Amino acid sequence: MMKLTPKSATLIVLVALIALSPLLFPSNFYYRVGALIFVNAIAVTGIVILTGYAGQVSLGHAGFAGIGAYACALAPVHLGVPPALAVVLGAVLSGVLAYLVGRPILRLHGYYLGVATLGFGILVTMVLTNERALTGGPDGIEVPDLGLRGLLGDLGLSLSNGQFWYFFSGLCMLIGAWIALNLYDSPTGRALRALHGSEVAARTVGIDVARLKLRAFVISAVYASVSGSLLALQNRFVTPDVAGFMHSIEMVTMAVLGGVGSVLGAIFGAAILTLLPQVLTVFAEYEQMVLGLVMILVMIFLREGLLPSILKKLRGKDE
Amino acid sequence: MKTTTALATLMALGLTTPALAEIRIGASISATGPAAFLGDPQVKTLEMLVEALNAAGGIDGEEVTLIHYDDGGDPNKARTFATRLIEDDEVVAIIGGTTTGATMSILSVAEDAEIPFISLAGAIEIIDPVRPFTFKTPHTDRMACQKIFEDIQARGFTNVAMISGTDGFGASMQAQCKAVIGDYGLTLVADESYNPTDADMTAQLTKIRNTEGVEALINPGFGQGPSIVTRNYAQLGLEIPFYQSHGVASNGFIDLAGADAAEGVRLPGTALLVADILPEGDAQRDIALAYKTAFEEATGTPVSTFGGYAHDAFLILTDAIARAGSTEPQAIRDAIEQTTGLVGTTGTYTFTPDDHLGLDLSAFRMLEIQSGAWTTVE
Amino acid sequence: MSELLQFLFSGVTVGAVYALVALGFTIIYNASDVVNFAQGEFVMLGGMITFAAHAAGLPLPLAAVSAIVLTAGLGVAMNKLAIEPARGAPVVSLIIITIGASIFIQGAAQIVFGKQIHSFPAFSGDAPIRVAGATILPQSLWVIGGAVAVFIALWLFFTRTLLGRAVLATSNNRLAAQLVGINTNFVMTLSFALSAGIGALAGVLATPITLTAYNVGIAFALKGFAGAMLGGMGNPKGALVGGFSIGLIEALTAGYLSSTYKDAAAFVVILAVLFFMPQGLFGRKSTDRV
Repeated sequence: MMKLTPKSATLIVLVALIALSPLLFPSNFYYRVGALIFVNAIAVTGIVILTGYAGQVSLGHAGFAGIGAYACALAPVHLGVPPALAVVLGAVLSGVLAYLVGRPILRLHGYYLGVATLGFGILVTMVLTNERALTGGPDGIEVPDLGLRGLLGDLGLSLSNGQFWYFFSGLCMLIGAWIALNLYDSPTGRALRALHGSEVAARTVGIDVARLKLRAFVISAVYASVSGSLLALQNRFVTPDVAGFMHSIEMVTMAVLGGVGSVLGAIFGAAILTLLPQVLTVFAEYEQMVLGLVMILVMIFLREGLLPSILKKLRGKDE
Repeated sequence: MKTTTALATLMALGLTTPALAEIRIGASISATGPAAFLGDPQVKTLEMLVEALNAAGGIDGEEVTLIHYDDGGDPNKARTFATRLIEDDEVVAIIGGTTTGATMSILSVAEDAEIPFISLAGAIEIIDPVRPFTFKTPHTDRMACQKIFEDIQARGFTNVAMISGTDGFGASMQAQCKAVIGDYGLTLVADESYNPTDADMTAQLTKIRNTEGVEALINPGFGQGPSIVTRNYAQLGLEIPFYQSHGVASNGFIDLAGADAAEGVRLPGTALLVADILPEGDAQRDIALAYKTAFEEATGTPVSTFGGYAHDAFLILTDAIARAGSTEPQAIRDAIEQTTGLVGTTGTYTFTPDDHLGLDLSAFRMLEIQSGAWTTVE
Repeated sequence: MSELLQFLFSGVTVGAVYALVALGFTIIYNASDVVNFAQGEFVMLGGMITFAAHAAGLPLPLAAVSAIVLTAGLGVAMNKLAIEPARGAPVVSLIIITIGASIFIQGAAQIVFGKQIHSFPAFSGDAPIRVAGATILPQSLWVIGGAVAVFIALWLFFTRTLLGRAVLATSNNRLAAQLVGINTNFVMTLSFALSAGIGALAGVLATPITLTAYNVGIAFALKGFAGAMLGGMGNPKGALVGGFSIGLIEALTAGYLSSTYKDAAAFVVILAVLFFMPQGLFGRKSTDRV
């Protein structure tokens, strides 16, 4: 059998899924669900770098998604930049903010880091909610069109809105996954994993722990920001919910549920948790109960996350 | 999801007869989330009305099917469910959007797909500018402000204080009130706010009390916030005239705030709350009483204005489908726009190509709480 | 002057609720190192069950007691079914489990109790007490008294009783605790029962002021969590001081600066305190194990 590195295996699986899934779609609605999965997967890939590689917990990463999303709503209107550039602007802003915020708070551990990141997320939400004149307040604000679909249409490649966002978000997710996988194999990645094992041990072998954690925090913030930008551009509308506590929790849950140790696992988690509410509509009013139950059961019985546990089971059968 | 897909496949294969197909109406409503207080009676109202309609033979003998999803007030979910309703469930029209945020998301999907959409949210942005396929049933929050300011003006006051919730409802109404307050020659002398989950607003109210010359107080908001503000108002012994918004227009508000604290509170409300004391000849009396009785019997909870919005949306839609004699979205849309003098619980609707709300200020009634009950102020 | 006093009254009323929630966090954290994000749901259940029982005809005190007992039982069940099976899981997994439990309880509550907002009568009437031009409700005194009483009881429990020390020992080193003969399973059960009971008590005392609905839990949990972290997780003194501080910061900010950004002020203070004291005001020092 040909040997595949985990990196190329992951990428091949993702490309195949993106390209082949549409063949099974019963209606155009599924393009929308697919696009949402990919957008969530981008944020979750960032969580893999922060939590999976570096072992740090954030309960406020949706704050960065909020910055990315509102950059796309506001920059084109107020600064006259095209929406595509606004994505970059949001990402840079998130990165810089993560650097400034991360320096003091990454010294904290466990739940203390949790509450500090939580506070950051809440502060962002609060600004988005209360600065009504700028952000449109709690009712939200419209987001300009990215314009890329029209451009493709002019070039002769005409896609429905759902199809365009499906493939475009898929492509962005692939790029994000590729970067994260490269990082995993890089010296930084190895150092991060050492840090995850034991911070003290990493320090004694000469790793600059503070700088490394900060780097992971900044990178994951950029991922969250891009995810928020794409969500806003796709929805053409955004409210402060995008930065809210529940969205932060959703990101972490997706990553951990799927398997925070690997990019593919986390993306799997994003897919499951994005699909779940669509499937759970059959439970009507019991929807919330079932969702809570799924979260508990997976964490108890499939501790490493869904994908690693499933793979382990499969391998176990082979032997 | 599977069943709908399977059903669609069967239909495509011609195994069922499309001529007798049911009329599929979609809804995306905040049955949970921060706006569940508003969305819950809306879902219950729609379910109740569909059942009653089908029991009475449906529309021209065709059964109506309601497919409703809970968007939790989250615009992202609302957009997904709107897409699902249109692409997967193939509904002919959508009711919903309990909150303005959710409405704005559904709106763009519905407009793209050219499916008629009747919103249950308040903001004026929904129907201004007019979009071809979007309608709404509640008064705008601007109209609520105007009604209150008219009353304040008539009582001869000029200095007004506001304490608003930071939720979508409160913040939007706060902004609208600020936009029109100048038209009435009134001055906003204090402008405070609170979070929807706050437990005590005496700090804000103390600031208002200590503001020079305040003559009237307005509290835009919904949920438990306004009840707590009203209790705190009584606790601090404030005596300036106190206006709530249509966001608390239900009997539940009087119970929660306490009849003593709520005594003398005024608000712009609909016929629904005063259905039983409306004069015999009032156009809205019958429909408001009928809905109130049916809802309270079916759910055991007091009727609210918000459920009334859903009631009216359903009425407008089914009336339009019956008149159109067709389930073509375009035909339904045209029929809705031609609705004239349709009496609902909120008001009497007359849509035109330039007006997709179809209500004017006269539909609002200034109500006052006296001895724990609603009365009308003339 | 009466203005300041009114802000302080407002602050301690709200702060007492936060402190009660924070105290509930403390016990479970002490026994198991788990921060239970479902703590807010216990508060909600305390209020909701009392309302439902009272509406069904039980006298208020009996309704309140039954709410506390039922919620404590639910806490025990949660420990047995969701926390114990996950022993040794990383912090993130535990956060997700308790948030999952919170979502589950909320989902169940909306089916059992509906989505209406509820309240029940204040224990000693609604006539405000006037002090130097400011007013406070008798129910506020109940909440404040409740928070202080629970604090004293917990403080005595952890420092003066063998059982309380067993809880602390279990938290410090579970294996060592077992070796010296502590029934750690019992300690866990007890902690969850106590914690849920205190949460429910908070709901019982606060509901006449704050009102209750199936979805109020998460806001309580976040504020209580913030209070507990500000004071230093695991320390009842920290929980009390942290909870009251957040209430006071909010009220004073609303009174003197901006009511829009009062919650922001609370979190800015938390971030600032953690910057200088990474374990909170009274937190115990932790050492990294290698």
